[in-house]
Amino acid sequence: MAAAAQHAGGRPETAAPHAIELRGISKAFGPVQANKDIDLCVRKGSIHGIIGENGAGKSTLMSILYGFYKPDRGQILINGKPTTITDSQTAIRAGVGMVFQHFKLVQNFTVLENIILGVEDGALLRPSLAKARGVLKKLAAEYQLNVDPDETIDELSVGHQQRVEILKALYRQADILILDEPTGVLTPAEADHLFRILEGLKAEGKTIVLITHKLREIMEITDTVSVMRRGEMVASVETAGTSPEELAELMVGRKVLLNVEKAPADPGAPVLEVRDLRLVDDEGVERLRGISFDIRAGEIMGIAGVSGNGQTQLLELLGGFPAAGAKVSGSIRMNGQELDLTGSRSDAATRRARGIGHVPEDRQAEGLIMDFTAWENVAFGYHHAPEYNRGLLMDNAAIRRDAEQKMERFDVRPRNPNLAARNFSGGNQQKLVVAREIERNPALLLVGQPTRGVDIGAIEFIHKRIVELRDAGKAVLLVSVELDEILSLSDRIAVMFDGRIMGERLPSATTTGELGLLMAGITDVDQHAADEGIPPEHRHVESLPDDNAPGEAR
Amino acid sequence: MDFATVIQILDSAVRLMTPLLLACLAGLYSERSGVFDIGLEGKMLMAAFTAASVAYVTGSAWLGLLAGIAGSMALSLIHGLASITFCGNQLISGVAINFLASGLTVLLGIKIFGLGGRTPALSGGGRFGEITLPFADALRDVPVLGPIYSELISGHSILVYVAFLAVPLTWWVLFRTRFGLRLRAVGENPASVDTAGVSVTRLRFAAIAIAGILCGLAGAYLATGLSAGFVKEMTAGRGFIALAALIFAKWRPWNALFATFLFGLLEAIANRYPNLDLGIVTVPSMFMNALPYILTVIILAGFVGRAIPPRAGGEPYVKER
Repeated sequence: MAAAAQHAGGRPETAAPHAIELRGISKAFGPVQANKDIDLCVRKGSIHGIIGENGAGKSTLMSILYGFYKPDRGQILINGKPTTITDSQTAIRAGVGMVFQHFKLVQNFTVLENIILGVEDGALLRPSLAKARGVLKKLAAEYQLNVDPDETIDELSVGHQQRVEILKALYRQADILILDEPTGVLTPAEADHLFRILEGLKAEGKTIVLITHKLREIMEITDTVSVMRRGEMVASVETAGTSPEELAELMVGRKVLLNVEKAPADPGAPVLEVRDLRLVDDEGVERLRGISFDIRAGEIMGIAGVSGNGQTQLLELLGGFPAAGAKVSGSIRMNGQELDLTGSRSDAATRRARGIGHVPEDRQAEGLIMDFTAWENVAFGYHHAPEYNRGLLMDNAAIRRDAEQKMERFDVRPRNPNLAARNFSGGNQQKLVVAREIERNPALLLVGQPTRGVDIGAIEFIHKRIVELRDAGKAVLLVSVELDEILSLSDRIAVMFDGRIMGERLPSATTTGELGLLMAGITDVDQHAADEGIPPEHRHVESLPDDNAPGEAR
Repeated sequence: MDFATVIQILDSAVRLMTPLLLACLAGLYSERSGVFDIGLEGKMLMAAFTAASVAYVTGSAWLGLLAGIAGSMALSLIHGLASITFCGNQLISGVAINFLASGLTVLLGIKIFGLGGRTPALSGGGRFGEITLPFADALRDVPVLGPIYSELISGHSILVYVAFLAVPLTWWVLFRTRFGLRLRAVGENPASVDTAGVSVTRLRFAAIAIAGILCGLAGAYLATGLSAGFVKEMTAGRGFIALAALIFAKWRPWNALFATFLFGLLEAIANRYPNLDLGIVTVPSMFMNALPYILTVIILAGFVGRAIPPRAGGEPYVKER
């Protein structure tokens, strides 16, 4: 493996000092060794990618650089100078800025207040705010970072919130900018804009470290890339000299199939027919505004969209557990039979009995009980099944045997059914849920974000199983915010925006760009918006993921 | 009801709202920083006891006031240690403080003074006297404005004026100073403050210390201003009423002024008209006395519209991985 040999520490020194140099950084959390003897060099004025699976230690390493954790061992050099970073303040003074995956913004503060927080010029706010306003104007012009300084954060889209985080770092005169999974919450268009901003920053001589698990981003924007695996730095290479396949192999430690191999679909009769489904939540917000679609047997229907546009509500409603207080109308037919939308026969158990399997979006909250053992979790939802029971009592031995077999077939590691769900990694937790649902051979499988927080190896496996289920003539509804996943897995793609389906496309006949526009609520001719008399700029505002409960007064 | 009566009731309301206002502002600082403080009651009670005891022994209301602040601060510190340093449950810590104060004041009172938990009555320099503002007597006979100035505005204990001045001061501190910005931020999203390189722990302790001082003032006023000595359980739920007022006020200083005034007014009316005669029915005194507490229940039941507490309220801050 040529790339691995070109280890970071062994790379010949260039004349200029590196922006960042880490030597032998180690950090353990209790028994977990998050970082093992990490060496890393980042050239000044470059964009350096750090890639690795979940739990590989990327975020920990960067948090050490930002003074969030103290390393157990090792040395940090910033611009060639040995630097002891004890807290965020020293990191900021050393010129390191960080944009966290979960933004560290105060929701009900204005942009300006967020920017000056912690770097106020004196005990009184007025002069600091005035100064920040001026600086912000300059930065906005320089880097295409336009944000209204007087807007409060909860009124901003996620993309704009991220700009505020970048502005925060620049206002603190960061020369080195670390971004942790920056595109996870963005639409493709927003991600493109972010990349343009990053390129602008690089042109100004700033150094950028990009942490991600998306290979495409690494290939697209970085100059050099380091790969982490299980707390160790396994390789540092020039991006131009590598390929996604090679990086994936380095990340996982074995060959990985990046693209799902599947035969063309052979759709049969409609399994699920959804007509004019509407849902108003307990706060009076319309979450679903007339959803209609069919899924046929032997077909995977993908629903793309930025999170918060009604996909969650749709899945919950189909799965039989809409949020309390929701008002629902419309119709769902399963194999020609009407399903109850309300009442006692609309619950998840009834849906399961009708042959609907469900891999929920949030496996930790809905898919598993984290403190229960793996074998208990494998039986949930199907615990009344005859083979799990003996008279009045549950047949725990039978469940445990069954769990062992499922864990074997789905390669869940460690293969110990007596371990609590909490103690499995994200990917293995997801395999437990997928095993439980798929092995019941459902006529319809609902899958929400099947690979969120799941490592590449497990992604490959889960995708394969979903395709196998399809090939067995079952219907699959796949909801994902990952466009790549939607494109590679689906036979048909619907895009959801603001509780509506904006359009259906075939994966072979569409592009990321077109889907991205639909995800932002823009149909090809904008006919939809015109019909409703909604001005286009207003529709953009509505594209914000609606995480904050509306009606919250500030 | 003539004008003089109205002035008298309002005057009484001002006196009665003062401890509520101070406690409410104490809660405001604490909760704005993300630390729930249901120990206001206990802190006030402790402060009332230490203030009355020291005022009696030294004969100085001012020394009493210092002792009151010290007593309240001691409990604040316990709350801080439990809920900030050791990330304990803030509500449980608050409840513990209330019990501690309730028991300790009576125990110490009996042990020291032997009067069944009371302190001896204070007189002279042991109490805060009424301050007559300049020209109060000269202006007394001016119609309307005269009585308002000389009876309603003038003639209160210094602590009443301190309480009222604390409102604009709190507003200014919260919304115009660096400390206020950070304080509000730490109650909304402590991670934002931490990543900005500012200590969450220090900020929260500062907020709790201010709350301790304000509760100290409130307790001292109860024992050495409003009354003349400490009586067992003399706070009578005022700490909880102050909390209700804080929610009613949506954690804003000026609203706190109006919210506590409402409670003070109800109490004043109840004192003035024990049996309110409405012509058809006579409202019994028990009901009148219960009015502030009934209002508290109504407010807490959410009849005031949605009040959004500071987002990080009640959660100890732990760095996430």
